[in-house]
Amino acid sequence: MTEVLQATGAIAPQPKGKTAHPIRSLLISRLATGVLSVIVISIVVYAATLVLPGDAATAILGQQATPERLAQLRSQLHLDQSPVSGYLSWAKAALHGDFGTSLTQGQRVWDLIAPRLANSAVLIVATAIVSTILGVLLGMWAASRKDSWVDHSLSVTALVASSLPEFVVAVFVVMIFAVTVFTWFPAVSILPEGEHIWDEPNKLVLPVLALVIVVTPYVFRMFRASLIEALSSDYVEVATLKGASTSRLLFGHALPNSLAATIQVVGLNLLYLAGGIALVETVFQYPGIGLALVASITDRDVPTIQFLVVLLAIAYVFLNIVTDVAVLLVTPRRRLPR
Amino acid sequence: MTTTAEPVSPPIEQGPVKRRGAVRRILRGALATRRGQVGLALTLLVVGLAFIGPFVPSRSATEFSGVPYSLPGNGSVLGTDALGRDVLARVLHGGWTLLLLAAISTALAVLLGAVAGVVAAYRGRVTETVIMRSVDIVLAIPQLVFVLLIVSVIGAKTWLLVLAVTLCQAPQVARVMYASAQDICERDFVKAVALWGVPPRTVIRRHIMPSLTTPLAVECGLRLSFSIILIAGLNFLGFGTQPPNPSWGVMVNENRLGLATNYWGVLAPAILLAILAVGTNVFADALARVAFGGERGEETAAVTALELTTS
Repeated sequence: MTEVLQATGAIAPQPKGKTAHPIRSLLISRLATGVLSVIVISIVVYAATLVLPGDAATAILGQQATPERLAQLRSQLHLDQSPVSGYLSWAKAALHGDFGTSLTQGQRVWDLIAPRLANSAVLIVATAIVSTILGVLLGMWAASRKDSWVDHSLSVTALVASSLPEFVVAVFVVMIFAVTVFTWFPAVSILPEGEHIWDEPNKLVLPVLALVIVVTPYVFRMFRASLIEALSSDYVEVATLKGASTSRLLFGHALPNSLAATIQVVGLNLLYLAGGIALVETVFQYPGIGLALVASITDRDVPTIQFLVVLLAIAYVFLNIVTDVAVLLVTPRRRLPR
Repeated sequence: MTTTAEPVSPPIEQGPVKRRGAVRRILRGALATRRGQVGLALTLLVVGLAFIGPFVPSRSATEFSGVPYSLPGNGSVLGTDALGRDVLARVLHGGWTLLLLAAISTALAVLLGAVAGVVAAYRGRVTETVIMRSVDIVLAIPQLVFVLLIVSVIGAKTWLLVLAVTLCQAPQVARVMYASAQDICERDFVKAVALWGVPPRTVIRRHIMPSLTTPLAVECGLRLSFSIILIAGLNFLGFGTQPPNPSWGVMVNENRLGLATNYWGVLAPAILLAILAVGTNVFADALARVAFGGERGEETAAVTALELTTS
């Protein structure tokens, strides 16, 4: 986000008349559509969670519920109003930071989710860092030995790893590193009440490993392809003829041009992780938002479902915009008005 | 009847012939590559096992046959699961629903997505805006979260699962087909046919669709492998096939706690799912390579994913 703000700040002071700056215009149009999509998604989520068969309150509480309890739940879910004003009062409360009270836990949704949000953020950030470094290094290795056995075996491994379902990878990881061959790490990542994942880093290792296996192939493929493209271009050939060393070729000439593709694929991976952690978190019973989402859907905890889905959609939409802007920032030629 | 049927019949005959030719060419090309052969072999191995499995004489898949988590031996090849049911029998019976649901939802998603994308490209104006903006909005929710949201509305029903997977895959197909169709719709032969007064539906079906069989075939492959992974994942989370019915995803979840005692309850379905996912994905990759050629084909997985998330 800071990058985006800096970009607008840096560009704003130079008005250019008719030719608007491409980054600024992109940012404005993408932000507008982003906000619009979030609004539409929130309407869809609100409508979807309340289209239970019959009366939502009865469906949640069951047939034996007392009338007082039903009335209380109806007002809690804004069901005593018309659908439109119900949505509006729900959205108004959410904008003021009130996301309602969990139906199963009795706690406020925010208090329930906040620590899990931190745990998931740690998981996602750790995965993103490890997978990017690993993918870039392996991609560089494969690209510098194009069509050798190293390149071929890395590419096949990447294809296989990227095809595997996340929970199958996670189960294999548990089998190998926690149960059968080695017993180095705990098989589940359940935390005692009030503790965060950084208090027990050894419970973080296996979930991160599983996600890294799933996500790294994309970084690897993208980086390898863009590096090969850069290495076969004319300017690199000129540099080679002038006698530049291999490391200078790689780091000085080819790497800067592969940056855009890398940012794009890291952004994509983050997007994927926003939704994809649910499966891996379930395998490890990792106390994050993915597990919370699955649990809230199983229990039909409507306020929690609404909050989590809208939250994930917001993260998804804005991550997308940040990725696009970051790509434009590192590829000056694409900034030129066409 | 005969007089009106005659002028229409030539395009009817031409369309399908052209279409079958293109698909056959891509399939043959994919099968000539090592990846295509390996992918198809792996896929057929698991598909064969899943569909022949229920007819193989074995113990009951839902009745208790021994002590929970007992090890292989004593007449049961892979031991028993968390409730003491025979693992081998459950593995043999637990594959076909997944494959059937994945095939149905892929077919529906490709059909719906292709129609939506091509109609949007051909019609333009309001139709285009409405279709493509709805596609954007569906794609702005993470796939798995979207399916979970739909499932949370009514509960885990089989038809709902198919519908959810279809609705979440269709926008991706729509976006690819829209991009491919835009170019075709501007071609002279399409405009000429439209000027002849041929109704839009016929123009799309007889004249635009046959030119789009290549991206369509690739999308079928990609979507099938995504659908399999998605449905298996939903089964694993408990939102698909309901116990006591056997399903590989459900088995992985049920027997997770017994990993240290009898790991076959998890390992057998997990290995089959892994082989199936790798097989379909490798085959889809081979299709994409043949369809779009060499280096470009190699990045298809990443590139299509890119096209899908960045608008």
